[in-house]
Parts: sequence; structure tokens; C-alpha cells
Amino acid sequence: MSAAANTYYDRRGIMGTLGRDGLLQIILIANTIIMLAPIVIMVFSAFKTTPQIFQSPFAIPDFTHVGNFLKIWTQTNFLRYLLNSFVVTGASMVLILTLGTMAAYAIGRYQFTGSTFILMFFLAGLTLPLKLAIIPLFMLMRDLSILNNQLSLIFVYTAMGLPTTVFIMTGFIRTLPNELEDAARMDGASEARIMWAIMLPLVRPAMVIAGIQNVVPIWNDFFFPLVFIQNDDLKTLPQGLTTFMGEYTTDWGVLFSGLTLSAAPIILIYIVLSKQFIAGMTSGAVK
Amino acid sequence: MPKLRMTGRGLWITILIVPPLVFVALFIVYPIVSAFAYAFFDWQGLRRGEFVGLDNFWTVLFVEPYRSWTINAFSHNIIVFFALMVLQNGLGFILAYALWRELPGARFHRVAVFLPVVLSTIIVAYLFKLFLHPLFGVVNISLKGIGLGWMAQPWLGQGGTALWSLIIAQAWHMVGFPTLVFLAGMQRIPGEILDAVRMETESEWVKITKVVWPLVAPSATIVFTLLFVGAFNWFELPYIMAGLDGSPFGSTDVLGLYFYRTAFGNVSSGQQDFGLGSALAVLIFLFIAVIAGVITTRLRAREIQL
Repeated sequence: MSAAANTYYDRRGIMGTLGRDGLLQIILIANTIIMLAPIVIMVFSAFKTTPQIFQSPFAIPDFTHVGNFLKIWTQTNFLRYLLNSFVVTGASMVLILTLGTMAAYAIGRYQFTGSTFILMFFLAGLTLPLKLAIIPLFMLMRDLSILNNQLSLIFVYTAMGLPTTVFIMTGFIRTLPNELEDAARMDGASEARIMWAIMLPLVRPAMVIAGIQNVVPIWNDFFFPLVFIQNDDLKTLPQGLTTFMGEYTTDWGVLFSGLTLSAAPIILIYIVLSKQFIAGMTSGAVK
Repeated sequence: MPKLRMTGRGLWITILIVPPLVFVALFIVYPIVSAFAYAFFDWQGLRRGEFVGLDNFWTVLFVEPYRSWTINAFSHNIIVFFALMVLQNGLGFILAYALWRELPGARFHRVAVFLPVVLSTIIVAYLFKLFLHPLFGVVNISLKGIGLGWMAQPWLGQGGTALWSLIIAQAWHMVGFPTLVFLAGMQRIPGEILDAVRMETESEWVKITKVVWPLVAPSATIVFTLLFVGAFNWFELPYIMAGLDGSPFGSTDVLGLYFYRTAFGNVSSGQQDFGLGSALAVLIFLFIAVIAGVITTRLRAREIQL
């Protein structure tokens, strides 16, 4: 028997096993086709003219027709939306990782009264959807005079990202050894220096996980911009996409190119970093 | 920094903990608490009027036409939840099981199944909206192409198929998530247990029901809870695919759309009522919190028994 027989995969019961694995393989292949087909059709259609899309939706284009992309580049606010998404997501991520690490470090590294309560406070609302508190949030942003301002999005995303970040990072920080820290303390290093120079470099893996877990939902969010942002120049990519789709309803080539361009950045990063992405996005649920 | 040293650790901890605490307090806890308070007042646009007690709750639950709207949206959420339970989590379990056996190409299949999950809901919604177009969409064109032209129909334009089209788009988008959570659960099953089972039985069915399923129960609790929460505040996909009114004729209306419409108004109804909206939000909140709590404790208890 081959080495595979020694692993825990059941490869005995010849007829049954062959049939079983064959069936599972068919399920997987069928599923992968179903998962990829819509994305492939989207990309193909982006390189076709509208009549070509209607006449032969499944044909492989020669990828030389880039008129749709040019139109998006030159005639729409698409680049502006993309830039806005970068700004909002980037600023939120910096705040989430900074503040999240600070809180997790304090909770995970020091013993002080109320630390359990503070952790609970951060974890409160971990599953409750903040969407349903949109009316008070809207009023709050109005009172802070940041409606129609990217700060409103950055603040909400930061607050939303903190619970998971504090959760993931506190658990990680607690597992770090004490020896390094104690040695540094003996040498007279300040608490701030211990955190910055000794502990932070060790925390990086948890920061990557927390970062991925937050960056995808923030980059993709549509709901909060829908409520907070009116000005077209401030719209993020998912929100801008609705404007764009509304303007080009009959030009399907341009519609598919817009979708393709919007999807491209995250698909490309995902394909390169799929392992980290999967670990990051499922980490909260797998623990 | 001698000054810091003097005032000691307390100050340092305060510096670390206060800024993040302020964010969570101001942008999560305060709005959630306020949502409850808002529901007890009468609202004139953005201005708070007088205290009206439970009036808003009474209106959305028992006064027509709100009563029918509430029931209609709520019943759709229930359909969505159960349909996704089968399509998304059920299929996810099967796919996880298939991936777990590490057949040839398993890594590629794993990357593919999770790919739609990273896409924005807006992209997915528009993609399916275009695919389901009655005249030019690939779905109807393919049906005609393979001689099933009689099955072609305006999927999003008629009551009978619209909600199901949304559900299938949603399942396509998210099936990778439960798949990989289940897969992670299966991969943690110790090899010795599986060896022991292999001695006992040849039946795949027994193996799945008696060994694999009980051992991935913690993963199941999590994906059930997340699906529940997700299904009852579903908004973006129906908003893009069917519109804020849940068209056609409210056949795709769900609580998320209904709540948003009631709070912020829309072109056709023109109404905007923060009081009724807040009452709806509180009811949905409580419903989600209570049921999610029950799911978690019940399933946790069962996990321990097993």
C-alpha cells in the first residue's frame, strides 16, 4: 500500500472509496466552476463592446478592446472614488492598529483593577450589527459637523474594527514570554520603551491577522458612506460604483469594465496572499 | 522620561487605554444606547419631540399599514435565514468535507471557493443583476442556448423568483466562509480518533454523523450565529438588486430595507420617521441578541454533551 494509506484518510474499501472520492472530486470541480464563471464572464465582458456582450456573452475576447476602460479613466470619477477608498481605508487601518495594539497591550500585559471589565467593554457589540444604530450615529456625526466628511467614515470604521483587533491581539500578547520584558526593566528601560522596542516587533503576526480581518470589510463597505456621504467627490469605491452603474445603464461594456476595475485590486491581492487572507478573515470564527 | 516614571504605571496604562476606549464608547456604545432612547420619542424630521412611551413600538407592530409591512419583511428574513442555512452552511459543510480529503487540486479549489468572499457585496449584487437581466442576461441567454428557452424569465421582475434570486446570489458570495471555518474545524480532529473509527466502521455516513459532525460543533455554532445575525440585518445585496422598496411589490423586502426606508425615507413614500425607525431597530436588535444568545448557549450546551 502507498504512504497515503498510513495517513488518516480512509482509502480502503476499494469500490466505495473510489466512488466516494470521485463524487467529492466532481463536487469540488463543479463548485470551482460555479465560483469562477461569474468572475471570468465579468472580466471577458469588460473587453467587449455592448453588442458583442449581447451576441456572444461567453466568447473569449482578444483583450485589445480597451475602450471601456479608457472611458472610465477619462470620463468618470472612478479614480477619485478609488483614491477616496484608499484614504479612508488607510486612515482607518492606521488608527485601528495603533489604538487596538495600545488597548490590547495594556489589557494583556499589565494587571490592574477593571482590566476584565475594560476587555468586556471592548468586546461588547462584537456580533450586534452597528448598522441598526445608524440613526444615532447619523445625529452624532451631524453634531460633530462631520457629515459629508471622510472623518465620519474613518471614526466609525475605527470603532468597528477595535473589538476584533483588541480580541485577537490581547490573546496573542498574553502568550508572549515575560523574560525579555523583565530583563529590560532591570536595565532601567521605561515602560514605553519596553513596549516600542521589545514587545511590538513580536506582535507583528497578530497585527497582520487583525489587519486583514478589518481591511476587507472596510474597503468593501457601502452602508456607512450611503448614509454619511452625499458629495460625489468624497464617495468611496462601492458607493461610487452605484453612481457609475446608474449613469451607464445601457452601455454594458462600460458597466462590466467598472465592475472589473473595482474588483481587480482585491482579487489580485487575494490571489497573491490567499493564505494570509483566509487565515485573517476566518480567524475570529476559528478560535 | 523621568516624569512618567514618577507618576508610575497608572498613568502609562491610562495613556494606552483611554483613546481606544473613547472611540468605542462614542461610536459604538453611545449610538446603541441612544437607539433605544430614540424609540420612545416622537420625531419631527431631525428634531426630537415629546416622550411617547411605547407608541412607536405599538405602531410598527400593530397599526396598519406598518403591521403588514413588518410581517412581510420579517417573514422574508426567516425564509432567507433558512434557505441560506441549507445553501450556504449546508453546502459549506459538504465542500469542507470534500476539501478535507485533500484530493488532487484541493489547494486550488480552496482558493477558488473563498474568492467571492473578498469581493464587495456591491460588485456581487450588480454582477448578478446584469446576469439576471430578462433580455440580455447570461442566465436567460444560456437557457435559450441549451434549448430550455421556456425556463427563461424576468428573474428579478416577478414576485415568485425575485427573493430566491437574491438568496442564490448571497449564497454564491458567502459559501466560502462556512466552508473554510468547517474545514479548519475538521483539520483539528486528531488522527487517532479517525484511525479508531476506521477500525469500527466502513460507512462514510456513520463517520460523518457520529464523528466529524460532533467534533466540528464549535465551528457550527459560530457559522450558525454569524449567518443568523447576517440574515436579519441583510441590506446591501437586496438594496442593489431589488431596490429600497423591495420590488417588485415588496416581494424582496427585508427588515434592513424596511428599517432604512422608515428612518431615512425614500423618493416614493417621502416619509422619514426616526421614532418608528428607532423602534424597528430596537426590535431587530433585541430579536438578534436574544436568538443569537439562545443559539450560542443551546449549541454550546450540546457541544459539551457530545
